[in-house]
Amino acid sequence: MNVATTTPPVIRLEGVTRVYSAGSNAVRALDGIDLAVARGELIAIMGASGSGKSTLMNILGCLDTPTAGRYELDGVPVNGLSRDELADLRSQKIGFVFQGFNLLARTTALENVELPLLYDRTGRFAGRASPAPEALRRVGLAARMHHVPSELSGGQQQRVAIARAIVTGPSLILADEPTGNLDSHTSIEIMALFQELNAQGITIVLVTHEPDIAQHAHRVVEMRDGRVLRDEPVAAPRDARRELASLGAAA
Amino acid sequence: MRKRALFGIATRSILRNKLRTLLTMLGIVIGVAAVIVMVALGQGAQAMIEKQIKGLGTNMLMIMAGSTSQGGVSQGAATFNRLTIPDAEKLARESTLLSAVSPVIFSRGQLIGGIGNWRTMIMGVAPSYQAIRDWPMQSGNFFTDADLRSVRRVVVLGSTVAKALFPDEDPVGQQLQLRNVPFTIIGVLAPKGQTAGGNDQDDTVIIPYTTAQAHLAGHSRIGQIIASTFSPSDLPAAQQEIRQIMRDAHKIAPGDDDDFTIRNQDDIAAAASGSTRVMSLLLAAIASISLVVGGIGIMNIMLVSVTERTREIGIRMAIGARGGDVLAQFLVESVVISVAGGLIGIVLGYLAGFALARATGWAVAMPPDAAVIAVLFSAAVGVFFGFYPARKAAALDPIQALRHE
Repeated sequence: MNVATTTPPVIRLEGVTRVYSAGSNAVRALDGIDLAVARGELIAIMGASGSGKSTLMNILGCLDTPTAGRYELDGVPVNGLSRDELADLRSQKIGFVFQGFNLLARTTALENVELPLLYDRTGRFAGRASPAPEALRRVGLAARMHHVPSELSGGQQQRVAIARAIVTGPSLILADEPTGNLDSHTSIEIMALFQELNAQGITIVLVTHEPDIAQHAHRVVEMRDGRVLRDEPVAAPRDARRELASLGAAA
Repeated sequence: MRKRALFGIATRSILRNKLRTLLTMLGIVIGVAAVIVMVALGQGAQAMIEKQIKGLGTNMLMIMAGSTSQGGVSQGAATFNRLTIPDAEKLARESTLLSAVSPVIFSRGQLIGGIGNWRTMIMGVAPSYQAIRDWPMQSGNFFTDADLRSVRRVVVLGSTVAKALFPDEDPVGQQLQLRNVPFTIIGVLAPKGQTAGGNDQDDTVIIPYTTAQAHLAGHSRIGQIIASTFSPSDLPAAQQEIRQIMRDAHKIAPGDDDDFTIRNQDDIAAAASGSTRVMSLLLAAIASISLVVGGIGIMNIMLVSVTERTREIGIRMAIGARGGDVLAQFLVESVVISVAGGLIGIVLGYLAGFALARATGWAVAMPPDAAVIAVLFSAAVGVFFGFYPARKAAALDPIQALRHE
């Protein structure tokens, strides 16, 4: 992890613990996690269900706060922030991509992508042309701007969701099982898009339980029982674009 | 969050459920329309009363026996001193500000003549009564001072009596028995309509007060003295002057209370419109209950809407919406529903008011400020009943909301 020590990391977790107290018995969903993600990384978090990866995702996404330990996002300490401050942090620094796409129904792709701009409080998009069409162009959906989700395929819907995640230029994209609802070919297409965006400098944290998908990352963090079991770089990350080309050739 | 975007979101989500929104609005629509109609009816009734009281006569003052109160205790009929003919004569003689004075002797009796008989009010007055009441003739003439002095048995009919007894002919010159005393009809008064209290002013006959004393009642006690001033600006001074003359006539020692009451048209109008104001307030209060019920309907639908859109709320929160943004979104939605309902209600209320006026002939006064108040009130209903659901939405945990199916 030489990169992390030289430039300030996007994510720095130190001894992060999250305890859920359900009645008398407390569940330690996260048990002292240390993790650093440098700018420009593409990492995959893996683990079986119950391993604590969803809880980690919620904390990384500022949807939840740790019971103990420190979390710094892009140099900002997250501990002790209020609900509104967390919302502002999400608005400025994080783009979410979900398994179920989570687009607003009966709302066009363009309007869905414009949604995060609505909640921006920094005023950095005021008085300028909307960055939403450009974001849709980057995910290859410029032609489908005015379609509503029900008129789009699963892969296209996920592209709209990715455009929504990148539209504000966040420090971090959190993708929670982004290929979970997609067939294998579309999954590789989406991974190609993530790799392309990552190559443009966007830091991406990917949660998945599929080893094939995780192999597209630079680094894989494997979790079990709320702890990091394994954290090692991928020797030879798979290149989704090349896979698609060979699949095309085979067909 | 931009305000225009807020209204955009609200109207879009409202339009998505047209029928539901319409049904939700209905409560507010009916409530606002009902309030508008009730206020319009109340104000119409009040305006009519004021018009009728103006119709009593011009610059009129009324003197009645009895003080309304003495030391806080009403004396009323127990008061010893009554108004007398000499009181009226003294007022006419000594006053400088009164243009005319007339005693009024009230009595009731049976009339026989024309096609049958009729029970009505008999008023014994002076010839100046006609001028004080500003009451024109339909046919014939009012009696004169000569008639009064000669105690002639002449009668002037109100138009209701004339119509009842002489439906097909002009009664002037005909004979009539008033309490079995023969009278000659010398005139018929023009119709004056109902009083504020709903009495038919035309259901009366008028005779000289001297005749009334001689042939009917046989006493000089009179119900009231009415008078008029030369101009409306003289009314306050005239009231003072009458008071002095009357105290002198009744020999009231300085410091003692009056044993009579002087009222002008404003007093009479205030008394009459006071009761209708209470009535119309009551009606409006009942009508506004339906506004509250409408508000509860909005709250109900907003609660359903929050539950239905839990996932949407989760998405909005995940991408950076604060609790306040979500609160504003739902609050604006409920206010838009209630204000839209209010606007429809105003239109409906005005239409219903005009239809009612046309169908029943009631006086309906459409108050222009009622529309503004109705809009503000329905907006307040929207805020009040939308707040709880909106707060519920704002307080959702984004993680739970995103997981909601």
